[in-house]
Formats: sequence, C-alpha cells, structure tokens
Amino acid sequence: MIKVENLKKSFGLNEVLKDINVTVKPQEVVVVIGPSGSGKSTFLRCINMLESITGGHVYIEGIDLTDKKTDINKVRTEVGMVFQQFNLFPHKKVIENVMLAPMKVRKISAEEARAKGLALLRKVGLEEKAEAYPDSLSGGQKQRVAIARALAMEPNIMLFDEPTSALDPEMVGEVLEVMKQLAKEGMTMVVVTHEMGFAKEVGDRVLFMDGGLIVEENIPSELFDHPKEARTKAFLSKVL
Amino acid sequence: MDFRWDLIVEYAPFFAKGTLLTIGLSIAGIVIGTFLGLLIGLGKLMRNKLLALPFNWYINFFRGTPLMVQILLIHFAVVPPFLGTTNAIVAAIVALSLNSAAYIAEIFRAGIQSIDRGQMEAARSLGMTHVQAMKFVILPQAFKRMIPPLGNEFIVLIKDSSLAALIAAPELMYWGRAMQGQYYRAWEPYLTAAVIYLVLTLSLNFLLTRLERRMATE
Repeated sequence: MIKVENLKKSFGLNEVLKDINVTVKPQEVVVVIGPSGSGKSTFLRCINMLESITGGHVYIEGIDLTDKKTDINKVRTEVGMVFQQFNLFPHKKVIENVMLAPMKVRKISAEEARAKGLALLRKVGLEEKAEAYPDSLSGGQKQRVAIARALAMEPNIMLFDEPTSALDPEMVGEVLEVMKQLAKEGMTMVVVTHEMGFAKEVGDRVLFMDGGLIVEENIPSELFDHPKEARTKAFLSKVL
Repeated sequence: MDFRWDLIVEYAPFFAKGTLLTIGLSIAGIVIGTFLGLLIGLGKLMRNKLLALPFNWYINFFRGTPLMVQILLIHFAVVPPFLGTTNAIVAAIVALSLNSAAYIAEIFRAGIQSIDRGQMEAARSLGMTHVQAMKFVILPQAFKRMIPPLGNEFIVLIKDSSLAALIAAPELMYWGRAMQGQYYRAWEPYLTAAVIYLVLTLSLNFLLTRLERRMATE
C-alpha cells in the first residue's frame, strides 16, 4: 500500500533522511518512534509530499509520487494527515472544517457533506460541537475534529504526526481512543508518536529511527522487550 | 482678523463639486488599487524569483518615488499617447491607483505571510490545490488582518488625491487654490478644504472601525 525505496531528504547541506526503505501493507498500523531530530516527522511528511523528496521513490498504491506526471493532489485525497498542532481552520465552524475539502475537492453537495460530517463528528464524540468555532474547543477536542476532517475525504491511509504531543496529559487518552477505534476498523496507519503504550497496544510493527535511518524494526513486543541495537536500547531506557 | 464667511458661501458650489470629484478619485483609486495590489502582492510571493522580480520592482518604483513625480509623468507623458490629449481626471485615477497598488501589494503580502504555515499544509494534505487553499483557507484569514493597514492606506489615498490639483483636476484642493488666487485669502479656502478632508477621513475611519468589529465577532 505504501512502499518507500531508498528515500533521501536533505535541507540544504543537512541530510535528514539517509536511506529509508519501508513497506506498509493494507490495514497495517506502523508506529514510528525515535529521538527528536531523528527524521521521523520528515519521513512522514515525505509520504504525502508535504516535503519535496531529494532522492529515492515513494509509492502510494503503486503510484510513484516522485514521477513528475503524478497528480499529487489526487494522491493526497487518499492519504489523510493529522498534525501535532491540529491546524484547524479558525475562521470556519467545526462542521465547516470537516465539510470544506469534500465539497471543494470531491465536489459533493453541501447537504451530503454536512450529513457525512455530522456522522464523523458523532464518531469522534463531538457532534454537539458542530456549530462551534475551533477556538472554543480544548486541545483534545481540536485533535478529534482534525481526525474527522481528514476522514471526511475517505482516505485509505492515515498519517499521524505526533498527534498527542501538543496536548495536556488528561486529553491524550481521548485522542488515542479515537485512533485505536480507527485501527480496529482496519485503517492503514503510520503514526509518529512518543506514546509507547499506544505503540505496544495498537501497533502491528514499530520502526525505531535515529540519525535519518531506520535502526531497528520489529513487532512491538520484540522491539520493546528484546531490542537488538544499542541505540534502540539506549533510547528505550530513557523513555520507558 | 476678519473671517470672510461670505466668500466660503460664494464658493460653496465649487467646493461641493470638488468634494464629489475627490470622493470619486479616492473610490476609483481604492477599488483599482486594491485589485491591482492583490495581483502584485501574489506576484511578489511567487516562488520563482525571476517571475517575482518585475512585481518586486513595481513596488520599489512606486514606493520609492514621490507621488507628485508619478502624477506629472503619467499626466504629461503616459496618458497623451493613449488618449491623444491630456486628461487630468484619467491621469489622477491612473496615478493614484498605480501608487496605492504598490502599498496595498505589500499589505497583502504581509497579511498572507502572517498566516501560519500549518494552514496551507492542512489544506494541501486534504487534496486542495494551491489556488483552492489560498481562496478558501489563507485569504479569508489574511483579509481580517489586513483591514487595519488597508484602512490606513485608504485614508492616505484620500489625502494624496489632493495632489491632483497640480495637474488641474478640479477636485477639492483645486477649488481651494482657485479661491485663494481670486481673493488673495488663505484661511478661508484652505481651512474649508481641511475641514472637508477631515470629515471624509473620519467617516471612512468610522466605517472601517465598524467593519473591523463585525469581523472580530464573527
């Protein structure tokens, strides 16, 4: 479903991703962990080309993103993304945040978009906030709206870029709960996170990144309980 | 000092005509200047530096030279080849529009750049094109922040329209100077003109404050 081959990314002389090779199967939940500056967010942002790719290839359902002929906007409709800072549209009501892209990109009618949007808000437990502005929501509520907004495009893949890192501790749970639900429904997910509990419980596979490389990857129980690489051990001893 | 109210009364119809033209020049300048300013501001934001260069220099030229020079150039050198003759009102509208467009372009650019990068990324990640993201996400937010500086620019424009008197466009200041020339009086014509300008700028200010408050509560 996602295939990353020899991915390289540099900002000027700074080589952030050195040689990344990953394959994500349909319905798989891949969790990416690692110290800050290891390139895990950049890796995620290369999957939907929010960062231009310096070298290598990224394939989404067989389509090569680095091919100049690829319509990146079309690919992005299949790949939802949730950001650390939520990035809700502050000038639009919650329901309008969710309706906007389906109406403008998928060209569906306002009634249909609203009905779908309300169903998605119900799913994340925020139907009663539909007419509120994002400013009036808590961090956890904002992030749940952001998830609903991404789901409104009916993506096949969801990318999560540290979705709980900007939240107060008591709000982390409600967001992870929504993500767990999604995983249970069979969504293909790539999640960059510091929530090791989530990685263990929900992840099918965990990638440990450091210095622009995937240092180790394994099923969660193996990676957390029997890490093989010294860098993985050092990192886990600090965070667990 | 005697103050000749009777002269002001005598000139009242001219001041009225002049005020109408001043309002006309200002509105034309605001409307055309805003439209051009948006295009030039977006032009300057283009990622290709070579394509952005002409817009950059447009702004440099019109912000970096006196409006008086621009008015004279446009009136005596630019307009005649097009119309076959000079036309003070056309020249004044062209000069005011082109000049304010440069300032408004910078207001647009600053407004657009003040919006958090995450907004564009969120819009693009949903599959919107750059143009859609601008139209539905970035510009509506940027406009709100542009209202105060745009209001400033519009007020400057009303006052700057007085320079059109220089090329004999019969606006407010033109009639003030005519009155001085006829009666050798300074207080009556210029104080009258000053009061009328003040009424115009304060009215605009009042409207803008209301607009700003309404946008803030939305």
